[in-house]
Amino acid sequence: MTIRVGHLYPDYLNIYADRGNIAVLVRRAELRGHELHVNAIGLDEELEPGAHDLLYVGGGQDREQALIAPDLAAKGPAIREAVAGGAAVLAVCGGYQLLGRGYRGRDGELMPGAGLFPHETVAGDARLIGDVLLECELEPGSRRTGSATTVCPGSRGVVSGARSGRTCTDRSSPGTRGLRTGWSLRRSRMRRARSHPCFRRSPTRSPRRPTEWPPSGRGPEVVAANSGGPVGHPIPPPASSVTRKGVRVVRGKCRERRRSEPIQGTHISPR
Amino acid sequence: VGVRLELERVAARAVGGLSRAAGRGGGTTLPGKLVWKLDPAAVDVLAARLPLGVVLQSGTNGKTTTTAMAAHILGSKEPLAWNRAGANLLSGITSALLSADGARLGLFEVDEGALPEAIRRTRPRAIGLANLFRDQLDRYGELELVAERWREAVRSLPAETRLVVNADDPVVADLADGRRAALRYGLDDHRHARPSLQHAADSKYCLRCGAPYVYVAAYVGHLGEYRCDACGHARPPLDVAARRIELDGLRSSRFLLCTPDGDAEIEVALPGLYNVYNATTAAALSLAAGTSLETIRLGLAGFSGAFGRFERISLGSRTVVMLLVKNPAGANEALRTLETGVPPVLVIALNDAIADGQDVSWIWDVDFEPLLPHVQHVVATGERAAELGLRLLYGGLERERLEVIAPLEEALDRGVELSEAGAELVILPTYTAMLALRGILTERGVVRPYWEPR
Repeated sequence: MTIRVGHLYPDYLNIYADRGNIAVLVRRAELRGHELHVNAIGLDEELEPGAHDLLYVGGGQDREQALIAPDLAAKGPAIREAVAGGAAVLAVCGGYQLLGRGYRGRDGELMPGAGLFPHETVAGDARLIGDVLLECELEPGSRRTGSATTVCPGSRGVVSGARSGRTCTDRSSPGTRGLRTGWSLRRSRMRRARSHPCFRRSPTRSPRRPTEWPPSGRGPEVVAANSGGPVGHPIPPPASSVTRKGVRVVRGKCRERRRSEPIQGTHISPR
Repeated sequence: VGVRLELERVAARAVGGLSRAAGRGGGTTLPGKLVWKLDPAAVDVLAARLPLGVVLQSGTNGKTTTTAMAAHILGSKEPLAWNRAGANLLSGITSALLSADGARLGLFEVDEGALPEAIRRTRPRAIGLANLFRDQLDRYGELELVAERWREAVRSLPAETRLVVNADDPVVADLADGRRAALRYGLDDHRHARPSLQHAADSKYCLRCGAPYVYVAAYVGHLGEYRCDACGHARPPLDVAARRIELDGLRSSRFLLCTPDGDAEIEVALPGLYNVYNATTAAALSLAAGTSLETIRLGLAGFSGAFGRFERISLGSRTVVMLLVKNPAGANEALRTLETGVPPVLVIALNDAIADGQDVSWIWDVDFEPLLPHVQHVVATGERAAELGLRLLYGGLERERLEVIAPLEEALDRGVELSEAGAELVILPTYTAMLALRGILTERGVVRPYWEPR
């Protein structure tokens, strides 16, 4: 099958979680015998609802983010229509934050958001960059640990966020659009998501217990599931030994660099 | 102050000697760290004692090479206090000042983050500002944050301080906007422009109005000849320009240096357009410090590279070429120098210590793709070897051409084993990986320790 991806503002939001994720998507779709078509959607370019199975937004630097924010807000209705029509959204970092109601930057200025999610982001002083280990409760009561952004197939919601070197708990319940994300941290930027498959369900394990990564999971066919298409067969990831090695290292780094001070920095408040 | 400073100086030197004696590296920052801790104002006093004052050089990429080039030029006339080993925080500058007896001129490369304080304390007579690229985001944050700190620092400068700026970088050029005592330099040879901006290009939207710049020529990252069609903001006219540039693979580069004092044919034994930038920066900085064009020409001609940045090391029947990589813009340029003669074996070493940047996600911004189909073997090594390996696999490298060997020494040996006799083995290490690899090669007796002058 063909999966149509609309990549929003690749020229502007290009510092974190951008082309790495796209490269991973393309490659993994290919391994499953699907074709992934990626279209850039730039400033002043029309977003046509129904034209994409997945909308992708990465993270940019503050200056570039401010340049696209009004345009993204103007695309809000089209994005909401696309999502209502079955498109999935994967948004990371600034991309995710700007899909909320707005983003108040360090200078106190409010950038408008697209209004897809009911959250608002307020920039803090601390910079939050580092390895991320994520815990996600996809179904009530079953927490999963993973090291990447997870798409919850039922929810169409996307979660970003964890602080560097810290385990982040996210409880997005399936079947709902809204997220109850405790924290999304602006500069965490999902480096794990860049180096690993994003559309991947985390393995079922007991809370906070490290798990093998990647688990035998589902790849981009999750996108297909969201958009109403057929679900493909799970296949092992390419170079699974290299992937596993990498994940072991990152997991070690997360532990080693875990900080004990309370979370500061960008705060996303669901309202 | 004088007596106290002398005591500190004696104590600090003893510490440096002990550090070397104990085999803890060159002791290049330890004495400075000590004095810096005990008495930060000592830097101000030591710097003020230099009869010819202080010259600073900063920028994301090329600091060490540029400063070493400038040292080769300026040092031929005056004894220098110079942080040769690249210790570029205030402590490293303090160390260099402490150990430079009889120095008349201070020449220091300065970390981007430390620049405002270095300016405040050393009161430089000239400052070279080369470029701002995305780099070590865990440490510096975004480019705009560093730029804002630089703007503040520059605003506080006395009018007579010479500012030497790279006109090809919009953010850097803007620092000298309206400033009289400024020298603007850049490249001017469209034959070397890239067909399009790279993925990791940073300052590509107009500083004044936010519209995309039109690049008449993009040379390295976002450095080039830019113009905004919406509001007319453009690269300022060049006072110092590199024209008629000829690159000779991994060997050398030649260009015509055009200055207000006349033109000179420059030759440097370093590869790549980024080294033309470094040489032009060093030349402009030296001009601002009052050096003659002929001294500049001779100084650059005799220059052979700063340690680890670009080194060619014989290892038995093979040659190891080491090119430091530490951020997307720098790595792209290192890879670009390999395009003309792709090496059969490539060792890439990715560490994630503080000095490398703990955030290694920058490897996804590097354009490895064009090179990968042409290399026979890649050995990924260092602390984050596996993630690097994964990056390369997603970039299209075939699994059987990749080896992931985290320990550096094993990876080095494997790289040597894979290369044929007489061949060049190219190593691209991040900063601490470069130090470690150099340590290994020093132990084997093939390179000089970094704190010893060449």
